[in-house]
Amino acid sequence: MNFKLKNIGPQLITIAIVVLVFGFFTFNAQMNMENRGIEFGYGFLSQESSFDVQFSLIEYDGSHSYARAYLVGLLNTLLVAFIGIIISTILGVIIGIARLSPNYLIERSAAFYVEFFRNIPLLLQIFFWYFAALRALPLPQDADVMFGVSFLTIKGLFVPRFVWENLDIFFYSIIAAAISIVIIRNYARKLQENEGKQLPIFSISAGLLIILPLLTFLFGGVSLNFELPVLKQISTTSFIYEGGLGIPPELIALTLALALYTATFIAECVRAGIQGISKGQKEAAASIGLTPRQVLKLVIMPQALRIIIPPTTNQYLNLTKNSSLAAAIAYPDLVLVFAGTALMQTGRAIEIVSITMFTYLSISLSISMLMNWYNKSIAIKEK
Amino acid sequence: MFKIIKQVTSFVAMMAVLFAFSTETMAAKKSKTLKNTQKKGFVRCGVSQGLPGFSNADASGNWTGVDVDVCRAVAAAVLGDANKVKFTPLSAKERFTALTSGEIDILSRNTTWTLSRDADIGLTFVGVNFYDGQGFMVRKNSGMSSVNDFKDGISACTNIGTTTELNMRDFFNSKGISYEPVAFEKADEVVAAYDSGRCDTYTTDKSGLAAQRTKMSNPDDHIVLPETISKEPLGPVVRQGDSVWEDIVRWSLNVMIEAEEYGVNSSNADAMKTSENPAIKRLVGAEGELGAAFGLDNEWSLRIIKQVGNYGESYKRNIADTGILPDRGPNQLWTKGGILYVPPAR
Repeated sequence: MNFKLKNIGPQLITIAIVVLVFGFFTFNAQMNMENRGIEFGYGFLSQESSFDVQFSLIEYDGSHSYARAYLVGLLNTLLVAFIGIIISTILGVIIGIARLSPNYLIERSAAFYVEFFRNIPLLLQIFFWYFAALRALPLPQDADVMFGVSFLTIKGLFVPRFVWENLDIFFYSIIAAAISIVIIRNYARKLQENEGKQLPIFSISAGLLIILPLLTFLFGGVSLNFELPVLKQISTTSFIYEGGLGIPPELIALTLALALYTATFIAECVRAGIQGISKGQKEAAASIGLTPRQVLKLVIMPQALRIIIPPTTNQYLNLTKNSSLAAAIAYPDLVLVFAGTALMQTGRAIEIVSITMFTYLSISLSISMLMNWYNKSIAIKEK
Repeated sequence: MFKIIKQVTSFVAMMAVLFAFSTETMAAKKSKTLKNTQKKGFVRCGVSQGLPGFSNADASGNWTGVDVDVCRAVAAAVLGDANKVKFTPLSAKERFTALTSGEIDILSRNTTWTLSRDADIGLTFVGVNFYDGQGFMVRKNSGMSSVNDFKDGISACTNIGTTTELNMRDFFNSKGISYEPVAFEKADEVVAAYDSGRCDTYTTDKSGLAAQRTKMSNPDDHIVLPETISKEPLGPVVRQGDSVWEDIVRWSLNVMIEAEEYGVNSSNADAMKTSENPAIKRLVGAEGELGAAFGLDNEWSLRIIKQVGNYGESYKRNIADTGILPDRGPNQLWTKGGILYVPPAR
């Protein structure tokens, strides 16, 4: 009993202090708000927002509610985070491996890239990509055609928009392909374990992914048309592309800056992971006759990943949180739309900032949960 | 008998104490903000991060502008020195929070007076020191000469968190024009983006357009369209709940405007003490007890006029002579065809 109390006592006191401190601040805030005639409540979320947003993944305009505006900002933040994480991962892995290349030129340029981009403040880089790129890009009417159908201009990247018919059938075919790939992989693994034969899994998977959806075009009634961006004159000197899909330069600059910046850290994680595997592993793998590619894929990478994943998770979290710098260059992310415009139109600082903080917390926790789950699945399984 | 005397004396003493407290600046006691300001020795004033003509800091950190002058007037009135102001530059986003949280005591930052701001979020607007309206700036060579030339797909650069964003939507919706809003947090970035060609038009209050035009790489390449799409009465704001402080700020502004109406300015204010016109005499503190209502002395208004000047002087110094808006437009006295009209200081 006495022993138990000794253990629990300090913890209880800690909890009590935390509760008291929070209670004090909450009480204080409430008192102050009451004194100053500020009301507290989340009712404003259902009011009409009456402001427009430049770029939205869902249908939105000022006649929708503040809650909808929140969703617009959230989705825009997730979009930047998602694209940023993918690009920075690909780039980071390439640069990380390049830093270990025996080729002097490749190794040096990778090192230069890392040192250059990670040592300049991110906000400056965002400004650089946005304003420098804006100045450098042509006006819509002067833009050169890229790949015959796209235009990169100061007002954004204009690409053809896909116009689908029977899109659902197309999706089903992709799902079918994915399922058959899983089955074939399982079969291939058994085949290798039992008979030592190897199937060209990659070619088969790729083939399935291409052929099945293609068949839907021929027999499933699926059709795909392109809506091309067309130049339209607004006034004597200003033009814009209509039709097609317009990707705002703010999104491009922000994603680019975030990806280039974060890739340097991921590259270092990758390098650390690979260098963390002792040379003996590589030599042993080579000595049993594995090809260099197999050595990397089957021996080095599975072990290196265990070192790479936890610090890389940090970088993913950083990238997501850094995306809030979007406000500086007018990309309508959660901070700009909700903690910016909505906050100012309603004046509900405490409510909106608390929602925004909670949202970032949730996003970060979800990412780290996913990464921890992945980390667990690649950890050494002791039998 | 002795008991009665004791009771009477204690009653008298009590009354004396009460009376002493009530005469000794009753208003000052009621106004926490005034008391704190006098204790600190400076007025805490929230201004913009740099809008020429309204609130702008020069290289050595001296703030000038018509918004700045409102705070200086209050400092002259309550502290006796127009220079005893601590300026806090605020973004559009921070301004109301800074005021309601008590970080500043006056927000004089080209802020539009609207119903929801006044009624909803713990603020009180005390008056209008500049009648503005939202307009559009376009490149001269675009051939656009009126908002009727706007076409679908036009992109408009602006600031977030201002009434501008809402007016813009109302305007384009009523015209049935689809547009791309590009909203930045800071004015400098809006200007840079518009200047580089990202947007076809830049929209904000017309005074702001005129001021920002001077920052463009080539000011003459841009014009402000003639139409005004909204009413933007800009004025100082105080926290709700301190009516004495509210009155001090309101009447500091009103005195500047009324001084112009009666031709009292910084150079002739002292001489006006002997004027025949009682309204002028009241204004310079030679007649009446106007300051007492706020818990101030009788020369509070004289100090404002002497140290800051009347509204016309402030406008000329900050907005006209700097070439921002030489024409006073609606910001002219009602006696001269404008709409500046303040209740009488009496």
